[in-house]
This record gives sequence, structure tokens and C-alpha cells, in this order.
Amino acid sequence: MINLAQVEQVTAPPIDWGAMAPLLVVLGAACAAVLVEAFLPRHQRWPVQVGLSVAALGIAGLALGLYAGGEPAGITTIGDALAVDRPTLFLWGTLLALGLGSVLLIADRSVEPGGAFVASAASRAAAGGSAAVAYDPTDPDRSYGSPDQVPTMQTEVFPFTLFALGGMMTFVAANDLLTMFIALEVLSLPLYLMCGLARRRRLLSQEAAVKYFLLGAFASAFFLYGLALIYGYAGSVRLTDIANASAGSARSDTLLFAGLALLVVGLMFKGSVGPFHTWTPDVYQGAPTPVTAFMGACTKVAAFGAILRVLQVAFGATRWEWRGVLWAVAIVSMVIGAVIGLTQTDIKRMVAYSSVAHAGFLLIGAMAVTPQGVSGTLFYLLAYGFTTLAVFGVISLVRNADGEATHLSQWAGLGKRSPLTAGIMTFLLLALAGIPLTSGFTAKFAIFAAGIADGMAPLVVIALVASAVAAFFYLRVIVLMYFSEPAADGPTVTVPGAFTTAAITLGVLLTLLLGIAPSLALDWASGGGFVG
Amino acid sequence: MNFLLPVLLVFPLVGALVMYPLRGTPDVAKKVAIGTALLQIVLAAVTWFAYSVPAAEAGTRFQLEFVLEWIPAFGTRFALGIDGIALVMIALTAFLVPGLMLFSWEERLPEGRTASGYFALLLATEATLMGVFTATDVFLFYVFFEAMLIPMYFLIGRFGGPRRQYAAVKFFLYSLFGGLIMLASLIGLYVASAQYLPAGGTFDWATLRTIVPLIPESTQIWLFLGFFIAFAIKAPLVPLHTWLPDAGAEAPIGAGVLLVGVLDKVGTFGFLRYCLPLFPLASQRLAPLVLVLSVIGILYGALLAVGQKDMSRFVAYTSIAHFGFIALGIFAFSTQAFAGSVLYMVNHGLSTGMLFVMVGLLAARGGSRMINDYGGVAKLAPVLAGCFLLAGLSSLALPGTNSFVSEFLVLVGSFPREPVFTVLATIGIIFAALYVLWVYQQTMQGPVRGKAVLDALGRSNRSGPDASTPHSARGGRPAPDQAGGPGAMIDPAIAARRAGSGFPDLSVREITVLVPLIIAILVLGFFPGPVLDVVNPSVAATMTEVGLTDPVGGLPR
Repeated sequence: MINLAQVEQVTAPPIDWGAMAPLLVVLGAACAAVLVEAFLPRHQRWPVQVGLSVAALGIAGLALGLYAGGEPAGITTIGDALAVDRPTLFLWGTLLALGLGSVLLIADRSVEPGGAFVASAASRAAAGGSAAVAYDPTDPDRSYGSPDQVPTMQTEVFPFTLFALGGMMTFVAANDLLTMFIALEVLSLPLYLMCGLARRRRLLSQEAAVKYFLLGAFASAFFLYGLALIYGYAGSVRLTDIANASAGSARSDTLLFAGLALLVVGLMFKGSVGPFHTWTPDVYQGAPTPVTAFMGACTKVAAFGAILRVLQVAFGATRWEWRGVLWAVAIVSMVIGAVIGLTQTDIKRMVAYSSVAHAGFLLIGAMAVTPQGVSGTLFYLLAYGFTTLAVFGVISLVRNADGEATHLSQWAGLGKRSPLTAGIMTFLLLALAGIPLTSGFTAKFAIFAAGIADGMAPLVVIALVASAVAAFFYLRVIVLMYFSEPAADGPTVTVPGAFTTAAITLGVLLTLLLGIAPSLALDWASGGGFVG
Repeated sequence: MNFLLPVLLVFPLVGALVMYPLRGTPDVAKKVAIGTALLQIVLAAVTWFAYSVPAAEAGTRFQLEFVLEWIPAFGTRFALGIDGIALVMIALTAFLVPGLMLFSWEERLPEGRTASGYFALLLATEATLMGVFTATDVFLFYVFFEAMLIPMYFLIGRFGGPRRQYAAVKFFLYSLFGGLIMLASLIGLYVASAQYLPAGGTFDWATLRTIVPLIPESTQIWLFLGFFIAFAIKAPLVPLHTWLPDAGAEAPIGAGVLLVGVLDKVGTFGFLRYCLPLFPLASQRLAPLVLVLSVIGILYGALLAVGQKDMSRFVAYTSIAHFGFIALGIFAFSTQAFAGSVLYMVNHGLSTGMLFVMVGLLAARGGSRMINDYGGVAKLAPVLAGCFLLAGLSSLALPGTNSFVSEFLVLVGSFPREPVFTVLATIGIIFAALYVLWVYQQTMQGPVRGKAVLDALGRSNRSGPDASTPHSARGGRPAPDQAGGPGAMIDPAIAARRAGSGFPDLSVREITVLVPLIIAILVLGFFPGPVLDVVNPSVAATMTEVGLTDPVGGLPR
């Protein structure tokens, strides 16, 4: 027997549609993309999916711009599950822009004929790939054959991307740990699948996908366990309730800190902070390069957006308890990234270790529980994301007969063969190394200034020494490109199509712009704090 | 708002960028490059005359200021301005670059490299140097300080000698490491300034000066150390010097002169502009440490110079000894010693520059940098030998050459405050005579001998029937396939063809390169007044900023 009076008391929480519009557009487009995949004939899917994804990101960006243009105060919406405040808006903007760049890289079919994605070795063969399988153009259900017989790609990757992006946007806006967990899963599951879609070197790709999935599942479990312990302590999963509970309570802190530790492990895993980074090099190497670009740029933004929110909103008051541990984590991350990066011979693995070192730098900003810390970290994420995007875009261009030439020795003499590509890569590597007049420097400066101002001078000095060590392996690539003679059977640089060109140009321009005139972005990043 | 300094900064940069579309036509590119560099001299001269010494004496710290808002969030502005010290360094840079270009005119570049690329990098280096010397915002200074590495890195790594890769990477990493340590101090300074200024942190040099007395000494010492390490690597002081012999030896001569002659001076310039005025208490507290390093540098650099077999490395080690003198003068805290050090910075650029050029000319003829490969060159090429001797004498500070004035000023100025260190440093002068004269004697005097010389003569002998003795080895035609060896700077075949000998004397172009240097060396040796007049007010201001008074005497006149 249902008590009608009770049912009437459940009211739908108010929803601020304007604030949530970007998120809803992306998630809605993701669902629409699934329908496209289901109902359209194969040869029509690619143009429709690309159009849909780009349009969705554009509209979401527009909605975000319209909402943010009114300089809104931070709000929480749908029953306080999401917080749309300045950091959220900044991160959403960053994610949408990076997502657009990634979609362009993913959509490109000129660099790898037919695109970089296939579901299985058989479909690759059927699509006119390398295997010599009979190919019958009259077969009405031939795999992925467009009318002009160019092998096409697996278009499922577009809804995956949109779902992952929607998950990331929810992740950085989540105002309670449960929403955050669900967002974490929404962003992770598509990524696991995307890693295994590479057209070339399928074993490596599938190994990466499995590894990422298994370790990611572990990390999710850690996160969930931590969530449960914190719920046990605070009696709520809302970040502000946790902060209130930890501020004035006589309860045992064991639950709180055990929970925080597990929670942070889950988050650090996603942000590939050492020593929770072990998946990073394998996955970066094995995943198709456009997906690596998407992961390297967007996942980092999402993970650190969430780390910032959790540390600042929920655990800001207890920072003296956890900061010592995070110091150690940051140092380990920087040292692992810089030192092990030195020994790498594969450029994608090298960038992976560089991302581990960068995660250590980012952690310094995240630990500084000050407005400068927040704005510095946000700016760093923006700068790092675009540089990484462009780096992977360039990596996808350097190819030989077997696909991408990622072994460092194959990059020898690239400056002579293709001065423009080598020049762009040099600029991007200098940005990663943090040389002035690139965004890498301004970003490092913003973070380190916040760190020193919040009493972390020794950590900053260690970070600077780690930067100097890391500079050595960036420099090694530059040395190879410019000072070595090209190998006789070395790789060639593919002339990129419009999509890849656009993505690389976007990354390079922003890297330069944020290095020379960062004021606008800095002002935006420091325009307001978290609500919750 | 005065636009002279931004023009000074941007003009060579534009010249460097223009080299890219001209890369297909190296002859045009070279002419455009040297035209740019010559116009830059004109600009520098205009700056020299626009700079007002009376205004500086009246207390204006920076002149010709140019300020733009840049990154308000970091409290940094695009602020340019010069004092007398910066002005003479700008003049030195502008003076050296066209000569280096002319020197490199027929340089035999490594395969696949173009002259336009080389000249573009030289101009880019010049632009960043202009930035370093004109910046009055500490953040902006840092930006140029780091940016300066990149063109020099490519100059060494792309156009240098056989071990160029190693030398370039070593140079870059050493400098970058120093720069990053400085960045830590820079941020620390910014954070400290935010504590004392109501409007938030700043990087403006003049504003920072006003809050200096508020920063406690312990903080000052940490901040000082960050800046000091960066500058001591750049300058370089022993024991942070080990990159210089490699970089100096492997760099192409043109870049080597710029590296040792000007770029390294950024370190000593930084001592004077940043370490002393911004951290006066720390500077005084740590001065004994710096003085010890300086004196060790003077003696150790000189001893190692004596033992070198490679002439480029030899020049690099003599420079380390000279940098010891400059640092001694700076950390002895007297206006005479300061003025001597600034003058030394200019003079060292001239004399070491000339010595480097002479080594390059010699190596271009013999195809080797080894001292043992030469002997009796004075008999074959007397003008070359004479110029080499002059460069050497200037380097050992013979009275009548430019270096004597500055070395004397440093020693006289340092003695009242630091007698022990000064006396020890004086021993370095004896070593200097030893290493210079020894190298001169081995390479230039005695019978014609040495592998490089004999090979060069042999080339013309084999192909020229009338060339029976080395002394009359004229009219020979060297075989084109024997051109040069590792380290050859100008294709010896070209050089020999023009002069008709296996070991020709200086050509007109080479003399044109040397004449301005020789004139400068002699004029400044007898008449250093114009430079000192410009430098003195700024030196006196620095002295005030340190907060000390002269032990005895006053400014040199």
C-alpha cells in the first residue's frame, strides 16, 4: 500500500538549465551518436559522426560562453550534486576545447588511410588493410567500404569520445563523492575501449586496453572504498558536509584519513601521478595516438580538476594532516617522471613519463590551498593540455611503412627532412621543458609562485631540479632531430589533412599565446573560487 | 615613453626572421644580415648619444625607459631601460656582431647547413642579449636570460666542431639548471615583495629596491644564492666552469666570440645589477666565498690555460681567469673596482674576441686547433703573427692595451678592502704572461714546423712545380679534395687559391675584421675616458645601493 502523502513530498530538485547546458549537450549528443551508429548505413556514419561531434562541442562551447559571459556567481544544482562555479566553467571550457582538438585528430583519415581505428584484425583485413583477404566491392555488406573503396574507420569511437568527455565534465563539477564516482566510471569505460581500437600493432593496443581496464578497475575500487569510509566518518558524501564534519568533530580521524588516502589513490591513478602511474607508459604507447592525445590532455584536466575540488572543498581545513604525505607523493612523481623518462627510447613512452613529472608539478599547485593555487593549477592544465595535444598530433605524422615511427632513433635528422615539423616539435618540447615565451613557463611560474607563497619552497626547488633533469630528455629529441644525420630508411613525415593540421595549429598557437600574453586566461582562472 | 630600446631589441630579431625566406640565396642573406648588424651599430650609437651622463649623475637610475603592461597577474611589465653599465654592454655587442659575420663570410659550414641559418642565429642571439641588458623588470630579464640559450644552443650544436652535440647539450643543461635555480629565487623574491607591498607582488627592479631593507638577512641569503648560482654558471666561476671549455672550443668561432665575449658577461652584469642592489646584506655576508672562488678561478684558470693543447680551449681557460678578475672587482665593493670590472667586461670582450678570431684564422689555414700542429707561422704569415701577438698582449694586460687599464683599476680598487685576495690575484698576471707568450712562441716563432703548417704547404707543393721551399710556396694550386680537416673554418682550398700559397697571410677581408678590434684595443688602452664617463654614475649608484662607502679614493677619472 503506497502512502500517497509520502510520494507527494518527493519533489524534483530544481535544475539550472542554463548552467548545465554544456554538459547536457555533450551527453545528449553522445546518445544521439549511438543512435547514428545503430541506424545509419556504414558509409554514411563517418561524416555524420564527425559533424555531430564537432557541432555538439561547438554548441556546448557556445552555451558555456553565453552562460559564463554573464559572470555568474557559483551555484550548485540538481540537489547539490553538481557545482557550477568558476573553476568548473574554466575546466569545462578547457575540456571542450581540448575535446574538439582530440575529435579532429580522431576524425583524420588522411594520415592513416582510413583512420586509426578498427575493432578487430578481421575487420581491418576486410576494410582493405594490410592482410591479403579477398575484397569484393559488390558485397552489399562489405566492411566499412565507402563507395570509393577507401577503407573507413570504426566510428564507434565518436560516441565513446563524447561519453568520456561528458563524464569528465561531470567529474570536475561533481559536488558529492557519489556523483564523482559515477562520473569517473562514465569517463573511464569508454577510454578502456578506445585504447584497444588501434589499426596497427593490435597486440600492443589490446594489451594496453586490458592493462588500463584492470588497473583502472582497481583504482575505482579504491575510490569507492575511500568513499565508504568517509561516509562512515561524516555521514554524508557531500564535499561541504565532509569539510564541516572534519572541522569540528570529536570523532576518530582514522576513518577520515584512511578514507582520504584511498580516495586520493583513486584520483591520483587517473591523473597518472607517480607512484600510481604504472599504467601510463604502456597505455600511452599502445593506444592509437589520437586517443593518447585525448587521454593525455583531457584525462589529466579532469583528474586534477577533481583532485583540486576534493582537496580544497572537502579537506581544506585538514591540510596540515595530509600535506606531508602529498609532498612525498609529489616528489616521487617528479623524480620517477624525470629520471625514468631519461631511459626511454620510445617517444610516446617518453611523453608518458613527462606527463608523470608534470603531474608532480601540478600536485604542488593542488596542494596550495589558496586562490593562487587554484588559478595556477587551472592555468597549468589549460597550457599543458594544448601542448600535449599538439605533441601527439605531430607524433602521429612521423611514419614509416609499419605505421607510426615512435622509436627515438627513427626521429634522427628530422630537421633536415621536414624542417617545419621539426620546428613545431622543438617548440612544443621547449614548452614541456618550461622555457620562457612558451605556455609551459608561464604555467610553471604560476604554480611555483603559489607553492612558495604557501610555504612549499623546498618542494619547489626539488621541482625545479626535476625540471632540469626532464629537460635533458626533451633536449635529446631536439638533438636527434637537428644534429644527427637522418637514417637512410628513416620515416617520412606525412602531409597532414585539414583536421590534424587544425588540431596541431590550435595546440601550437595556444602554447605560444599563453606564453606571451597569458593575462586573459590567468584572469579567467582566478575569477572565482569553489562553491559547495 | 621612448621607443629607442624596443627598436634596438626588435630590429635584429626582424633581421633574423628575414633570413628564413632568404635561405635559398645565401649571398643575399649574408648581405642583408651584415646590413642589419651594421644598422644595429648605428642604433647603438644613437642610444649612446641619447644617454645623458649628467642626468645619470643627477640620480636618474634608468634612462630611455619604455614600459608596457604585460602580465598584471604576475606583477610583471614589459619594462626596458638602461644605465651606463648596460649601455656599454649593448655597445660592445653591437660592435662585435658585424665583424663576426664578416669573419664567418666564407666559413665552411657542416654539411647541409646554410649561412642564412647561421647568420639568423647570430642575429637572434644579439636580440636576446639586447633584451637581457635592457630589461628593468626582473621577470623580463629572466625570460631573456633563458631565451638567450636557445639560439646559442643551435649555433653550437648545428655549426660547431666535431664534438658539437656534446658541448651544446652540456652548455644548455648547465645554463638551464642555473636558470631554474634562479627561477626559484625569482619567485621567492616575488612572494617576499607581496608581503611588503600593499598592491601585491612586483618584479619591477626599482620597486623591489625600495623594499630591500625590509627583507630579513636570512631570506636575502637564500634568494641571493639562487641568483648567484645562475650567474656564477654563466660567468663562469670555478667550480661551475666546466661547460665553458667544451662550448667555447666546439662553437664556431663567430658564436664562440659572442658566447665568451658577451653572453658570459650576463653573469657578471647580473652580479652588478641584481645580486648586489637587491640583496646587499647577503652580498656582503657571502662576499668572502665569492672572492675565494674568484681567486681560485684566476689561478686555476691560468694554470689550466698553460697546459692546454687545443687553442680554443686555451682561450676559454684564459677567459675563466679573466672572469675571476671581474668577480674580484665586483665583490671588493669599491667604486674603482666596480668601474674596473665593468671596463674589464668590455675589454675582455674585445681582447678575447680578437684572440678567438686569431685562433679561427690560424685554424682556417692549417685545419687544426692543436698548438703542436703549428710552428714558425711568423715566417709564413707575419701580419697574422703580429695580430696574434697583439691579441695575446691585450689578453695579458700589457700597459698600453685596453686590458691593462681595467685590470689595474680592479686591483687598485680591491686592495684597500681585500689586500690578501688582491695580492693572490696579482700572481695571476704572471701566469697570464706565461700562457700567452708560451703559445705565441710555440706557434709563431722558431723554424717552420708542425703537422698542420707542413701539410698546408705540402698541398701547394705537390700541385705547384715551382714551389720548392716553404718560403717561396706561391702560385701553387691545392687539390680541391684535400680541403680542410675537422675544425677548418674557412675552406683552406679557397683561402690558398686566393693568396696563392698553402699558408697565406691575412686577406683584405680578414684584415677588415681585425682593424676595428685593434683600434678599439689601442684606443681604450690609452684613452678609456669615454667608457668610464658613461659607467661611473651607474657604478656610484650601485655602490650606494650596496650601502657601503669607498674605503679610499673615489671614482677614476
